[in-house]
Amino acid sequence: MTMKSVNQKAWFFVLPVLVLVAFNALIPMMTVVNYSVQETFGDNLFFWQGLDWFQQILTSERFHNALGRQFLFTGLILVIEVPLGIAIALSMPKKGFWVPVCLVTMALPMLIPWNVVGAMWNIFTLPDIGLLGYFMNHTLGIDYNMTQSPFAAWVTIIVMDVWHWTSLVVLLSYAGLVSIPDAFYQAAEVDGASRWAVFRYIQLPKMKQVLTIAILLRFMDSFNIYTEPFTLTGGGPGNSTTLLSIDLVKIALGQFDLGPAAAMSLIYFAITLLVSWLFYTLMNRDVQQVDKPTDH
Amino acid sequence: MKKRYIVPTLYILFLMLPIYWLLAMSFKTTGEILSGFTLVPQTWTLDNYRVIFTDPTWYWGYINSITYVAINTIISVCVALPAAYAFSRYKFLGDKQLFFWLLTNRMAPAAVFALPFFQLYSAIGLFDTHLAVALAHCLFNIPLAVWILEGFMGGVPKELDETAFVDGYSFPRFFTTIFLPTISAGVGVAAFFCFMFSWVELLLAKTLTAVAAKPIAATMTKTASSAGYELGLLAAAGALTIIPGAVVIYFVRNYIAKGFALGRV
Repeated sequence: MTMKSVNQKAWFFVLPVLVLVAFNALIPMMTVVNYSVQETFGDNLFFWQGLDWFQQILTSERFHNALGRQFLFTGLILVIEVPLGIAIALSMPKKGFWVPVCLVTMALPMLIPWNVVGAMWNIFTLPDIGLLGYFMNHTLGIDYNMTQSPFAAWVTIIVMDVWHWTSLVVLLSYAGLVSIPDAFYQAAEVDGASRWAVFRYIQLPKMKQVLTIAILLRFMDSFNIYTEPFTLTGGGPGNSTTLLSIDLVKIALGQFDLGPAAAMSLIYFAITLLVSWLFYTLMNRDVQQVDKPTDH
Repeated sequence: MKKRYIVPTLYILFLMLPIYWLLAMSFKTTGEILSGFTLVPQTWTLDNYRVIFTDPTWYWGYINSITYVAINTIISVCVALPAAYAFSRYKFLGDKQLFFWLLTNRMAPAAVFALPFFQLYSAIGLFDTHLAVALAHCLFNIPLAVWILEGFMGGVPKELDETAFVDGYSFPRFFTTIFLPTISAGVGVAAFFCFMFSWVELLLAKTLTAVAAKPIAATMTKTASSAGYELGLLAAAGALTIIPGAVVIYFVRNYIAKGFALGRV
């Protein structure tokens, strides 16, 4: 690591970013905070409501259920996609013609607009005319219909997300792997290191920085996921796949309960922030500890 | 073929199946799609594509999307470059807190901010313009661009800057003629990520537009529901949304692996 010099004028470099992001973040955030403590009647009538909405949301079973489903979904996504992504990256070719082929085909799902992904999987899984649905029902004889069975709906949104986003983990881990100099592997071979030791002491530490990005991005995006599951099932059957964002939009735009919706957004945002901060500090501290001995 | 390549091969097959299904459907007539399951189109038709390329409501959707995505990518990368340089080279008051605060903006659920965004952009008279969507997407793209670029710049030794200054380069000249070419891979990767996230985002894009700047994905939702359920047309429109992304990724494919490697060691 190169030493950084103290230079307060660096603020000027950061200024355009600050202005643009603050404009987009602070003003809407203030609006949300404003709504969260007020009750509205009609157009411009606002009444001070205090923290009632927060109390209402925090004690409501509906919120607890949506939050539970959200944590289950995100947990499953991280547990499946991160190891799977690393495994695929490890077994990818390092040089030659197949590298760009793999990279391009793997990145394709991420480049499809989110509602197209949802619509595509919706038709793909239809029991009578969709490829997957037809295969499951008519060839394998498994009763699979995500509009009727909550279990099938869950399997579908998980598989859809794995299809959609595992490549992000693959691309980032692969980039980390490619950066390891051959000398490291040669040294390991001389020492007679096992396949597992090479992974644990050479590949994993070198991937840690990019993995931090991958895990954080996957956490943030899966925790805020809206368009894909909404287009897929609309949160159904029943409420079985109503994740936090879907529930929030139902309250805000479906029922126009702006106060509770705003309070819920703030609680939601605070949870996202807290968990991300935990990931960020834990993984950053880890990176420094692992990197120190190999620093040159 | 070596045994270890089975995993990536299977994975790619799994990725391609739904995409194949979308493509196959786009060449079928809606009647055939609804009448039952066929793996390969029985009667090939280009009608779905013909509709999209001749009907202005359809092809303007693509033009609108590409326009705001391009504006957003340019803005995001241009403002992120100096900021990332500052974060990677200097210590200044509150730098670490600022960096994390930037990241937090990527966590803001778009669903939460849809309504306030609508009010904000209506108030400043930008509603239904490409610029509105491009600016709104900066909320999540700028932090990511800064993050990625900072990583790349961290990999460039500081001696490079010092040597250039000793040689009498002014800062702007150093930045454009020496530094930028050194991290060009990073710029490519950052631009790719901005492109990708702006291209696929729909909720904000839909909220901030009505007619003049409506994105293709929103055109799909609306047209599909008003014209019954024209699955073939929908599939063709969906298939076409993949193309711009595929073109971009083809151009940055080498940067993605090599580029990240450069920055994050």
